[in-house]
Amino acid sequence: MTTGEATKTRSAAVIDGIKSSTWSSRIAVALTALLLVMLLVRAVQEPALFTSQLLIGLTNGAILSLIALGYTLVYGIIELINFAHGDNFMIGSFVGLTVLSGTIFGLGLFAPITINSGAPLRVFGVLIALFVAMAACGLLNVGIERVAYKPLRNAPRLAVLITAIGMSFILQNVGLVWKGPIQVPFPELISSANILPSDAIIFRWKDLFVVLVTVPLLVALSYFIASTKQGKAMRAVAQDKDAAAMVGINVNRTISITFLLGGILAGASGVMYGLFNGITIFNVGFTQGLYAFTAAVLGGIGNLTGAVVGGLLIGVISAMSDQYIGTSWTPIVIFSVLILVLVFRPRGLLGDRSAVQGGGE
Amino acid sequence: MVNAIEMAIDERGGKAGNVNIEYESQDSATAQAGQWDEAKCAENAQTAAQDEEIVGWIGPFNSGCAVVEIPILNEAGLGMISPANTYIGLTKPGGEPDEPEKYYPTGERNYTRVIVADDEQGQAGALLMEEKGVESVYILDDKETYGKGLADQVQQSADELGIQVIGREGVDTTAANFRSVMNKIAQEDPDAIYFGGIIENNAAQLVKDKLGAGMSNDDILFIGPDGIFLDEFLSQGGEAAEGAYITFGGLPESELSAKGKQFVQEYESRYDDEVQPYTAYAYEAANVMLDAIERASKDGEVTRETVLKEIFATEDYNGLLGTWSFDEDGDTTLTELSVQQVENGEFEYQRTIDAGEM
Repeated sequence: MTTGEATKTRSAAVIDGIKSSTWSSRIAVALTALLLVMLLVRAVQEPALFTSQLLIGLTNGAILSLIALGYTLVYGIIELINFAHGDNFMIGSFVGLTVLSGTIFGLGLFAPITINSGAPLRVFGVLIALFVAMAACGLLNVGIERVAYKPLRNAPRLAVLITAIGMSFILQNVGLVWKGPIQVPFPELISSANILPSDAIIFRWKDLFVVLVTVPLLVALSYFIASTKQGKAMRAVAQDKDAAAMVGINVNRTISITFLLGGILAGASGVMYGLFNGITIFNVGFTQGLYAFTAAVLGGIGNLTGAVVGGLLIGVISAMSDQYIGTSWTPIVIFSVLILVLVFRPRGLLGDRSAVQGGGE
Repeated sequence: MVNAIEMAIDERGGKAGNVNIEYESQDSATAQAGQWDEAKCAENAQTAAQDEEIVGWIGPFNSGCAVVEIPILNEAGLGMISPANTYIGLTKPGGEPDEPEKYYPTGERNYTRVIVADDEQGQAGALLMEEKGVESVYILDDKETYGKGLADQVQQSADELGIQVIGREGVDTTAANFRSVMNKIAQEDPDAIYFGGIIENNAAQLVKDKLGAGMSNDDILFIGPDGIFLDEFLSQGGEAAEGAYITFGGLPESELSAKGKQFVQEYESRYDDEVQPYTAYAYEAANVMLDAIERASKDGEVTRETVLKEIFATEDYNGLLGTWSFDEDGDTTLTELSVQQVENGEFEYQRTIDAGEM
């Protein structure tokens, strides 16, 4: 009866765990359980509505996740909160918009790709916009690192933080000069029609598009970090820069590649944001960047899985709060969750830096 | 707006009576905020308050900005004429409990406006709904002085007319989109959605997401105020803006008096710029100010005090907007508002509502 014994010891371990836990964590667990039960009751009462809101939350969250990954990648490797990352995301959406307009640097290369273009042309337009924005933002991010962060690598942490904020302002003003102070419309290249046959649950082609872009990017990123030589080098540099240099890893190049990856993700999410919402604005990087940064901290900054979990969680929390609490309260709910998580788990939900550094808390 | 004010001054040869007029425009927006900014508004007002040469102030555009500027200029005794602020609490009770007294620390009024205030715009919104057979409405606002104040007025008027207000919320204007809010509203199935707010707070995204949640503008009316009565609403909203109704605390240029039509022609031949709804109001405000300065100069010295007195003394002024006066609160005696609907990517004038009749 070995299995029985195993169960017994496991349950004993759980009981021990509960006995040794603090009151505050017990309350936290009870609160979380209560919230989940309340949500579940709602889900049973109105399954279609709940599912629709869940899907809305997940798709909004997926875009946040991609931005959050950029914050977390850079933090994982040089412990810098790259404030310019959100604005890089904004530049990504502007680059995508410019590519789709067909007029680049005042040269009319081709007719604007709009809702009226044929289906193959629209698919081509989306792909080319994504590709160009990813390349542009990747290179921009590498450039920013070279100019603004690299010379300060051994300076006090605060100095780099200030240059990061400075870069953020510079990019924001570039965006302002580029597309003006007001929201700019994105062409509606992807249909807003519902894929599902019934009207009860809404899952649009746009939502599918977000999934189709996000999932391959996440898979590719985790493959890159887990299984390639360069990914191994990144993990080594994240653990210990000096030791990595001693065993012959080119630290500067590794850091540049990390920024390149972050920029690529920012470019992709920028174009996706524009196509998905249909509107972008020069300060979108600030507003969305704030939520994305919150997502990264919520999941555990430096932790790649954490950033994705944090992003999805914030998306779902805001959708649920809009539905069941009231949209006026949504920002308060999001940041209350953040504060509560940090009180009980100061390193975020999944612990900081575990994925990149190979160790947990 | 700046062009219209300069035009008014130029037409008088840069003089009002025997006084030379110098005009300087200040922008209440900062690049960083992308829209009006409280600190910038305060800074502009402080600068003007300290410059003794300045005897009159035209503006501001946004009610939230006026909230900051009025008390500063009140203490300086500088007369203000705004072409565009419609928030009710600036001049009369109806907003927050301590309004409007808190804006006038000296106890003397110094603020006037040539546009019809939001109590009347709110009534116009509610009257429009009643006329279209709306029985229930969901009211949203952008949580700013103007947007929330206006939404309050609409709610109050809707209650009075027996239109059921199903819900009332302030949206998070930093959110990427409003899909979950709209999805929630779709379940409640109202006959109309009212949005009190400005275009900068993502009104076009709101109407897009309204359609995305399966609520077409034909089935469920979308009604907004003059804060979204700008061409950007059309370009950003695209197809989604079709059929939306917009109330405006004045009349569009096509419905102005003969004088108004003449102004539109002259303006458009003079500047390479189309007349926007507020252009005529800026011109009117400038002329009222210049008249006040001229009258003050005839009676004696042109000081802040005499100009302020003359602004409030404006009576039966025969301008672009018709013949009107300022009442003791500094509000115009006009009560006509207009309703427009978006048709084929243009704002089409629908009809005039006289809120004075309600």
